[in-house]
Amino acid sequence: MTGTLYRLTAHELCDAYKSGKTTPSQAVSSCLDRINAVDSKLKAFVDVWKDYAVDQAQASDDRWAKGAPKGPLDGVPIGLKDVLCTKQGFTTCCSKILRGYRSPFDATVVERLLNAGAIPVGKLNMDEFAMGSSTENSSVQVTRNPWNLRCVPGGSSGGSAAAVAADECAITLGSDTGGSIRQPAACCGCVGLKPTYGRVSRYGLVAFASSLDQIGPFTKDAHDMALVMNVISGRDPHDATSADVPVPDYTKALRADVSDLTVGLPKEYFTDALGQEMREKIEAAVKVFEKSGAKVIEVSLPHTDYAVAVYYIVCTAEASANLARFDGVRYGYRAPNAVSVEDMYHRSKSEGYGPEVQRRIMLGTYVLSSGYYDAYYLKAQKARALIRRDFTNAFQKCDVILTPTAPTPAFEIGAKTADPLEMYLSDIYTISVNLAGIPGLSIPCGLTASKLPAGLQILGKPFGEETLLRAAYTYEQKRGFTLGQPPIS
Amino acid sequence: MEYEVVVGMEVHVEIDTKSKVFCACSTNFHAPPNTNVCPICLGMPGVLPVLNRGMVEATVAVGLALNCTISRWSKMDRKNYFYPDLAKNYQISQYDLPLCHDGWMEINLDGTTKRIGITRAHMEEDTARNVHTIGVAESGVDFNRCGVPLLEIVTEPDIRSAQEAFEYLTRLKQLLQYLNVSDCNMEEGSLRAEANISIRPVGTEKFGVKTEVKNVASFSGVQKAIDYEIVRQRQVLEEGGTVVQETRGWDAAKGVTFSQRSKESAHDYRYFPEPDLVPVIVDEAWEKRIRESLPELPRARKQRFQDSYSLKPYDAGVLTASKAMADYFEAVVTAGAQPKPAANWIMVELQALLTEHKQELEDCKVTSASLAAMIGLIDDGTISGKIAKDVLIEMFDSGRDPKAIVTEKGLVQISDTAELEQIARDVLAANAGPVADFKAGKEKAFGFLVGQMMKATKGKGNPKIVNDILRNALSRV
Amino acid sequence: MAKITKEDVEYVAGLAQLSLDEAARERLVGEMSNILSYMDKLNELDTSGIEPMMHVLDISNVYRDDVVGPSLDRETALMNAPKSDGEYFLVPRILDQE
Ligand SMILES: [Mg+2]
Ligand SMILES: [Zn+2]
Repeated sequence: MTGTLYRLTAHELCDAYKSGKTTPSQAVSSCLDRINAVDSKLKAFVDVWKDYAVDQAQASDDRWAKGAPKGPLDGVPIGLKDVLCTKQGFTTCCSKILRGYRSPFDATVVERLLNAGAIPVGKLNMDEFAMGSSTENSSVQVTRNPWNLRCVPGGSSGGSAAAVAADECAITLGSDTGGSIRQPAACCGCVGLKPTYGRVSRYGLVAFASSLDQIGPFTKDAHDMALVMNVISGRDPHDATSADVPVPDYTKALRADVSDLTVGLPKEYFTDALGQEMREKIEAAVKVFEKSGAKVIEVSLPHTDYAVAVYYIVCTAEASANLARFDGVRYGYRAPNAVSVEDMYHRSKSEGYGPEVQRRIMLGTYVLSSGYYDAYYLKAQKARALIRRDFTNAFQKCDVILTPTAPTPAFEIGAKTADPLEMYLSDIYTISVNLAGIPGLSIPCGLTASKLPAGLQILGKPFGEETLLRAAYTYEQKRGFTLGQPPIS
Repeated sequence: MEYEVVVGMEVHVEIDTKSKVFCACSTNFHAPPNTNVCPICLGMPGVLPVLNRGMVEATVAVGLALNCTISRWSKMDRKNYFYPDLAKNYQISQYDLPLCHDGWMEINLDGTTKRIGITRAHMEEDTARNVHTIGVAESGVDFNRCGVPLLEIVTEPDIRSAQEAFEYLTRLKQLLQYLNVSDCNMEEGSLRAEANISIRPVGTEKFGVKTEVKNVASFSGVQKAIDYEIVRQRQVLEEGGTVVQETRGWDAAKGVTFSQRSKESAHDYRYFPEPDLVPVIVDEAWEKRIRESLPELPRARKQRFQDSYSLKPYDAGVLTASKAMADYFEAVVTAGAQPKPAANWIMVELQALLTEHKQELEDCKVTSASLAAMIGLIDDGTISGKIAKDVLIEMFDSGRDPKAIVTEKGLVQISDTAELEQIARDVLAANAGPVADFKAGKEKAFGFLVGQMMKATKGKGNPKIVNDILRNALSRV
Repeated sequence: MAKITKEDVEYVAGLAQLSLDEAARERLVGEMSNILSYMDKLNELDTSGIEPMMHVLDISNVYRDDVVGPSLDRETALMNAPKSDGEYFLVPRILDQE
């Protein structure tokens, strides 16, 4: 009986494996059935590893049967954003330039999840090279929002968010450079965490903007989030920027108690840019914290207004170098019949990248080019220091900061594709967090009148993931509602 | 008008770490093509570099030996340009904050000492090797060399002649070999030199327009290229033209420099700090540890050779010119030879054989122990110095033990007085004329008679005994 | 007012090794001008005395020990190559031999 096993969280699945009520094979086939049933509408997956997942599930069955699971995620079906390198299947970043590319190694996070017994069922759609906020920039397909198929799932990890929200698997991984986990989590109604920069190894994450990128999970609840973070966090000798900071047992943070916490509300985030309905949702969420004993204060992040400008200078500059390697020499797309090396570069890149990627490479190349470095790149790096200082100052007065995750709920497909700047501005609440390197979590805080999820963003101090998880868990316990099942229509 | 040349040198040296600078692949790029490669040095998607501690320490060691200031805080940067030998299409290098800066090195020319300023020495990665022998339409790329650690050493424009440039390169190579950080093999490309050359009227301050001469395969080639550029640039100026700032190649066969495609737009390298690597902080303690572990450097070793082995400054200089030779000399002495004869045999006879056979000391079959043994055979009177020269040739060719050669070929010298007295009598009897000359006071005739004795003994007569016996015999005539 | 010109766009495309058709060049002049004008709001900020932020974390001196580890076998290294002869990655003939 596989029935509705796909709806279960990871911790519910493992309880059921432990008690013998079900097996990983049953759970995995339930998820595969679910993918089969809904993904033709959603288009979250770009590759499903059916045979591989079934094999892995059988091995996991044996481990559970012997009472020796590898860990608390053994036998849990997971999905991976196509920006993560996997030996299994392809790794394409949903770009034509990497179509058919096979990575000779697994990303560190993938390796850790495999060692913990998790079962990847496939790769998930994304904006090409994680550049976008709607997953419309994928060269493969446009993912739909499970709550309203006419709407985007957010991005760039839209496939990862939609897959968890639509119960295609229990857990997925995404990457977040400017909000690419939190914003789609908000749009699709699941929990998404961007860890502190350096908390999770970036080895095997195809780089977009190296100083901003961070891998993080999508889950159905805070409990699962703690379980995944226990597995993927910690120093990796392959990533010089991964921090040598001890990893706590994040499940210990799952206490419904915020009475000792001071919650900060940044006044700069509650302006006219925030729609009335969203504002009400956030205010209601703040009330839940207040009622649970948290102290609520106003804080200021005075440089908020500059974040988008800083972000698009830093991220495009880094991207222009990171993406230079896709040249058709060692792997990836090579334009046919190139007559010279230069011809090969030009045509491979122009034919291989989509327009948004080309736009960002152009911008990044420009801001680093001779004569403009100081005015753009250097200036942005200085402004970035000011943005981080804002957070350092604010966190002297509070333990967590609450904000909306996005100014609006999911928008309709095609609504913002005409104007790149308008698309960039939809990231205003998430971008500063990457610039400052702090952790941020998005958790559903209700449905709008048009039945689209709204997201509450909880920000913490560097390596303050425990506090974020406690706040999220408390809110989950006390908010007094569940989103229910998305209609997938 | 009289012109003077102004030269600054840029040298790239491959550092002999075991593994590459940002990954664990072996630095042996002689392996079959594309076998010492991994996702990191192939620049595959998702990889990250991690800096090799050995490279940092080697760079600091070189910096200290070049009297540089070691940056307490430095960082890596990305240098962006496209080329098929560059896996990531950016090179990880150091831009505005090199690990070592503001040093100097002394060169000696015609008895005067001059300091060449070292602007900087920084860490970077080598590129892959392009192979053009695959076919007409295609080139092949071998990434074994990609990511081998590379140290770039840049001088101030302090060099004023081609000869000074040659001397600088020679001293630099000597220093790097003493530090044991590189084999400095120019043929294999582990040391590559570029010269920035300009000329200006003597007495003026302002630098002229420089050309950059690249891809020169030897130090003497650099010297010739500079001399060629001096003449060429002067001619351009004297004809009323202007020197074009450009990169020039060196055609060793024709002995000329030639213009290479100028890549004006390609010079916009868009450097920015490498976000994947964290700052390199060399605190005083680390610097001190490296300083204390530095091997003895050429200048100190030369002084010690004068002091401990009573060698003349010239001999000490020759012996310490290369670390290999200095090590060899000390090994010969340690094996029991007296320093003075050891020095002579190495500098004169052995060096002549090496030069004749175009061999490096490292490949020489004459071990330090066997050379010491050969010198021992001279000391104990077993063979003469003259015979020893033949023995050394045999040792050089076969690598055999000197004693075995001497025994086998019956080269042991005759020290038997009775035998030599008989030979002396025969020689005097057969050479009445010279004997008479000697008696008449012509000392020269004595030499002739010694020669006759040596001839009769096939060179094996112990020279000292031969001398004594001959004088004795003559006095009795 | 256009912040950058078509020549700028061409120059930058050359650096980035992109070939753009006429329509793309026109479009990028407008889009990049628009975005760069927006970025000019940074000029309002007084950043004198502010150290540029290169890294989020205060981490330094992270190194590998100089130890040789496994490399890829050649077949795997060349597995994704658009063109190879089993030994080398092949590219159109490189004329500018450095
Ligand atoms: Mg260099
Ligand atoms: Zn490697």
